[in-house]
Order: sequence, then structure tokens, then C-alpha cells
Amino acid sequence: MHGRTLRRLSLRGFALFYLLAVLVGPVAIISWRTFDNGIGHVWSTLTDPATVHAFVLTLEITAIAVPINTVFGIAVGLAIVRRDFPLKGLLNAFIDLPLALSPVVVGLSLFLLYGRGGWLGDWFMRHGIQILFALPAMVLATIFVSLPFVAREVIPTLREIGDEQEQAAHTLGATGWQTFRRITLPAIRWAVIYGVVLTTARCLGEYGAVAIVSGRIEGQTMTATLTVEDHYDNFDLPGAYSISIVLALMAILVLIAMIFLRPEEATA
Amino acid sequence: MLPIAAVVWESRANGAAGFWSVVSDSQAVSALELSLVCALIVAGINAATGTIIAWVLVRDDFRGKSLVNAIIDLPFALPTIVAGLTLIALYGPRSPVGIDVTDTRTAIVLALLFVTLPFVVRTVQPVLLELDTEMEEAARSLGAGEGTVFRRIVLPNILPGILSGVALAFARAVGEIGALILISGNLPFKTQVASVFIFLHIQSGDTAGASAIAVVLLAISFAVLLVIGAIRYFATRHEHAR
Amino acid sequence: MSIEIRNVGKRFGDFVALDDVTLEVETGSLTALLGPSGSGKSTLLRIVAGLERPDAGSVALDGEDVTARAPQARGIGFVFQHYAAFKHMTVRKNVAFGLEIRRRPKAEVAERVDELLHLVQLHGLADRYPAQLSGGQRQRMALARALAVEPSVLLLDEPFGALDARVRKELRVWLRRLHDEQDVTTVIVTHDQEEAMDVADRIALIHEGRIQQIGEPRELYDAPANDFVMTFFGPVVRTEGGLVRPHDLELSLDERPGASEAMVARVVHLGFEVRVDLLDGNGRAFSTQLTRDEEAELELERGQIVFVSPRNGSVGTPGLGVGEELVQ
Repeated sequence: MHGRTLRRLSLRGFALFYLLAVLVGPVAIISWRTFDNGIGHVWSTLTDPATVHAFVLTLEITAIAVPINTVFGIAVGLAIVRRDFPLKGLLNAFIDLPLALSPVVVGLSLFLLYGRGGWLGDWFMRHGIQILFALPAMVLATIFVSLPFVAREVIPTLREIGDEQEQAAHTLGATGWQTFRRITLPAIRWAVIYGVVLTTARCLGEYGAVAIVSGRIEGQTMTATLTVEDHYDNFDLPGAYSISIVLALMAILVLIAMIFLRPEEATA
Repeated sequence: MLPIAAVVWESRANGAAGFWSVVSDSQAVSALELSLVCALIVAGINAATGTIIAWVLVRDDFRGKSLVNAIIDLPFALPTIVAGLTLIALYGPRSPVGIDVTDTRTAIVLALLFVTLPFVVRTVQPVLLELDTEMEEAARSLGAGEGTVFRRIVLPNILPGILSGVALAFARAVGEIGALILISGNLPFKTQVASVFIFLHIQSGDTAGASAIAVVLLAISFAVLLVIGAIRYFATRHEHAR
Repeated sequence: MSIEIRNVGKRFGDFVALDDVTLEVETGSLTALLGPSGSGKSTLLRIVAGLERPDAGSVALDGEDVTARAPQARGIGFVFQHYAAFKHMTVRKNVAFGLEIRRRPKAEVAERVDELLHLVQLHGLADRYPAQLSGGQRQRMALARALAVEPSVLLLDEPFGALDARVRKELRVWLRRLHDEQDVTTVIVTHDQEEAMDVADRIALIHEGRIQQIGEPRELYDAPANDFVMTFFGPVVRTEGGLVRPHDLELSLDERPGASEAMVARVVHLGFEVRVDLLDGNGRAFSTQLTRDEEAELELERGQIVFVSPRNGSVGTPGLGVGEELVQ
């Protein structure tokens, strides 16, 4: 028994030390470093029109990408769990691709597709629609990298609740849409919201894919994460920290939302 | 799916010979090698630390445990570029603990450990939580020591969870850019990983070269998805019957 | 191997699971720890196995104090309610586990496992995984696994609790036979008094962390130490003088001294026995049990007035006046 206690304590100690060194330490130190050069510099960085524009753009992209991915995620989840169609297994596997794929590769593929000489790029260019180095490409890139989160949360929940309730609703005369609105959606609502939170976090924080397709046009296509890099490259470390701290605060809000929404089984 | 096809198409632009000349170009090879080696190291470390953290979160009990449990998800919520910057703040040139890893391979491993931390923890935790502790008690009543109980009872049951977590962490580590771009220094042949290599080649207009390396990363991603699928299949094999 | 439990106490937070429990189990006997759920009986069994540590008291096996000894070193076999099957191993591997970790020669392990699989009639399913077995088969596998290491004490925690009634009865008979054939001291935890009476030589009835009575099954039924013991072995009727079992109530059509009046509400034929639902003078319901012949003689009808009195020599406190309330 004594040996077991000792082992438990040493494992706990190791786990906590590792988390401190890799995760908590760095995040904690940045809040202190940010104010090295005084609050004035933080304030001037954050109120700089370029910074404000970057945050607004980031929120715009998020506001477009999240609803699209939510609808897509629910639709794909329903299709995979409730319907049978050819190549369903393939779709199920491909849903996870954005999780396993480098955002740089995502960015590159959009760059090639919509760029000059790309399969779709030339067509859009002839019609005077700017995709690359503009909002559409950045939204597409963000949608791609945050695609699986809602579907991944919805699928297990749909499996768990089964389709008996839906069948009961059908026998009571409910149409497909009514059944979805009044039976299915309420049952999966927490999974959807949790998926939305994860999607939002990813949209706000995306760097690699957006960096490639945005073209980094000052005051036009700079997102918050790109601005962080910009300040760092211009040796304005406190400026980079200032924007980071705002992003980190957003992340902590997301984290708090996750704690309250986390599916039961994941909480210890 | 179309964008993916475009990359594969573009990678052929210079013909098969062109593809090989890029992929076997020494700078590209060293970037790919670095990405893979670092990802393997990180996956290996995660297998151990992730399992330990999951074990502590499920089986141990102490004040503030739920807070620790919540913090695990921080890398999922925090923008990766911010993650890189926080590491610079603690382990950079003005490190308060006197450790400066910027522009080294250690920095790459460290940054990747940060962003991949939740994967193994979050795949092992639910399995461990569901694991019937009676199995372990049964093994003990049959005379098994603690080491045997872990090796023969606990490990075989959580191994699929560990492996899928490790596979996801590996995939993530191979493709990561945000957390690395600031801290790694991107020195060719030394600290330039594959994703940064692609990034820089796009910016210099060499999309064919970038695509060639991208196709290699794409292949790795597909392989990882395949492996995860296989793990899922084998893990549930005994439970399908009947 | 004998088991001596002395003054054992165990709390979980504010909940007292066991309160000063003392119990001796003789070598080679089959003892049932009987009680309602939450009575502490499983905790007691787990303390004997070393899976829980008592807060107070001691456990000795054959006179040797093992209170501080790990479960690995106690030489016991333990069977869990939910089987605790190693689900990643085949039936054969499950049974072989204890022998393999003792590093017995392969041939010996194979031989012993085959022998046990025959004993529990699972030899045809040796290469299946637990998920491919029925509940009864899984529990037989768990038994074989526990017996493989030839424990001198076999502990079973509600082993048949998760099985359906028919399988449960089958396994009960089979466990008794197994116990008689193997040289082992067996302790079984159950909440089913019929199971305990069927299978055990001795019963320890536990309630609220305390042993209420220890004895042979008949003793507990015929000479209950208190009201709880009496009520635990089937329905009772509370009379003014104490508790009486329904079949110990006599009905007659004539008024007699000490008998109280009741009205027949319903006559239910249950094969050999007949249950008569009655209402007492205050309108409260209770039941009696009669044989078919007794009922035929009385020719009871609904609405009829009868006179109820305890039989001579009935168990419980013989009391006068019936029908205070019905206790199930």
C-alpha cells in the first residue's frame, strides 16, 4: 500500500510539473512580459487602426465560417449516422482529413485552385471576382481547417440517442423537418454547441492556411494572428505580446465555455 | 476535395523527374527529415506523458484537479502562433529561468509538445474512465503484482486509445507551422521544417516545388488516417461479435 | 482454510459500512453473507480479499493475521458480480492468467486450463472472447479463472446477481456441487434469501453494517433473533403481539377466543397453495396462506367474515389479535 501511495504521488508530481513547464508556465509568463514596457505601449498597439482592423477581419471570417461549418457538420453527421449511401465509409474517413493535414497544404491547395492559372482562379478572374488575397479565400481556408469539429461531436451523440424517438415522431405524423426541429436537434444541441465552440477557437486562431492565401495586405487582409507575426518580425515583441494576450483571453473564454459544455464522459 | 486534387496536379507540373528533383533536393530532404524525426520524438514523448496525465486525471484525486483537467484543452483553444510566442517568453532570449532554446531543434520539439499535448490525454482519458476496475482487482486477487496488472490488464485496454492519440499528435506535429514559425528560426538544414519549407517556397513563387513537398505531407496524412481507421477496427474487433 | 474476522469496522466518509463485525468461517464450509443492498456484506467480502482495508479490526486466515497483506499474497479466489472478464483475452487466456503470472510450465498450464474448462463446460468456447459469451458462460469462466490457482478460499460477490432467474438456479446447484468436489472454503455474498438457503451451510445475515444473526439456514428461519431477520425471510404479518408469517395464520368460520375478525377480499389459487387477501376491522389489508385442502374445507367466498389466529407453535412472537399492518 505504501508503494502505491508513493507511486501515485510521484506520477501526480510528474504530470503537474510537465504541465507547468510545457503549458502553464509559458502562458503565465506572457501576461507578465506584456506589461514590461508599460501599459501605454499595450494600449497604443491595441488601438492602432491596423490592429483593430485585423481583429474585426478575424471576427468577420469567424462569423461566416462557423455557421457554415455548423450546418455542414450537422448535415454530414446525420448523413453518416442515419443514411446509407455509396462511399459513406470514405466520407467518414475524409471528414477527419483537416485534422491530420498541415494547414500549409490546405493553404497551398486553395492558392493553386483559385490563383492565376488555377482551375477555378481564371474563371473567377474573368468575371472580376477576387478570391485569392481577399476575404473569400481566407474564409474558404478557415472553413477547410475547422471543418470536422461539429460533425465529430454530433456523430457519437446521434449514434447514442438512436432513432427510436425519431421513428416515434414519424408515427405521430411529424414531417422530416418537424422531427429534426423538435426531436433530433434538441437531443444533439449540446454536442452542436460544443462543436461550435471548438470551431470558433480554431477559426480565431488559424494561421498557416490563412497566411498563404491572404497575401498579407496591410489594412486589408491581415488577421489577428498574422499581425502577431508582423509585430514579431519588426522586433516589436511587446506589440506581439499585446495582441497575443487578447487572443489568449479569447482562448480562455473558449476554454471556460468548453468546461461548461464538455460531454459528461470526458470529465473526470 | 478539389483543392487537394489541385495540389497533386501542380506537383506533376514539372513532370515526374521534376517532382523527384524537388523531393530529393537536399534542403527539402532535410526539412522533411526534420519534420518526421521531430514528430516521431514528440509522438513518443506524448505516448508516455499523455498516458501519465490521463492516469493522474482519472485515478488520482487532489485539490484543483478539475482545473488541471480544464487546462489540458488550452492548446486547442489558443492560437498556435500565440503558443509559439508564449514559449519564446519563457524559453527565449530573455528567459526568466535562464533557458534559451530559440532557433534550435529543441525549440521545435518543445513547441510541438505544447500543441499536441491534449491528443493522447483526451483519447486515453475516456477509455481509462470506462475501464472496469474490477478487472484489475481480479488480476490482483489472482496474484498479479502492480507492474503485471498495468502491463497485462490496463495497457492492452488503453493501447488503442494511446495509439490513436499518438497518430493524431504525429499528424499534427508533421504539419504544424504556427507554433514553429517564430521560435524555430527557420534556418535551412538546421531548423527549417517541411511546412515552413512549403510556406517559404510559395512566397518565393515556386509553387511546383512547394507542391511536391505538400504531396509528401498529404500522403503522410492519408497514411495516418488509415492507421487510425485500422486501430479503431482492431480495437473493437472482439466486441463486434454476437 | 478458516477465516476469522474480528471487530472489523469500515466507513466511507460519513457512511458506516461495517460496525464491529466479528465472524468465523470454518474450513471447508460454504457460508453466505446475506443482506439487503447497502448492508455492508460486499464490503466485508472485499476486506477478506484484501481489496479494501478495514478501519478497525483484523482478518486472519488459518489463525495468521493478514489484515495488512496485499490481495496478491492472500491465496484467495474472487468472483465478481459483473464477471470482471479480461475482455482483451480469450476464455483460455483468462483462465490461464493466474497460472501464467506464477510462471508455471506451459504444459502444466495448458493441462490445468483444459481440465477447468471441462469442469465449467466451456471447453468448446476456449478461443472465444468474453464479449462472445452469454452472462452465465462468462460467470463460469470467471469461476474457472478463480479456481485455476487452487485457492484455499473462494470468495463470490453476488456472482449470479446479473443473471436471469433460470440460469441463476442452475448455477446455484452447480456451485454447491463444485464446492463439495473441490477442497475449498467458500463465502458467497447474496441479497437473495432463497439462494442463501439453497446453497449455504451457514448464513450470516447483515443489516446496516452489523451481523444480525449467524446460523444454519433453518435456525434463521425457525428462530429469528429479531424482527429484521424474520422479515427478511419472506412476507410477515404484524400482529398486536409481534410478527407472524402468513402461513402461520389460521382461519376459521367460528369465533374462538383470541381470534380477530376479518373479511375475505379475494381468494387467489396459486397451485398448491392458496392466498387469501383479507381486510381487518380497520379496513387494512393483509394476507394468509392456506393449503388447497384447507381452503376447500372452508369454502371461502368474497365478502365472508372469518376469524384469524396464529397457529400453535408458529414462528415469531405468538400474539393475539391480528391485522395491525402488513409488512412485506
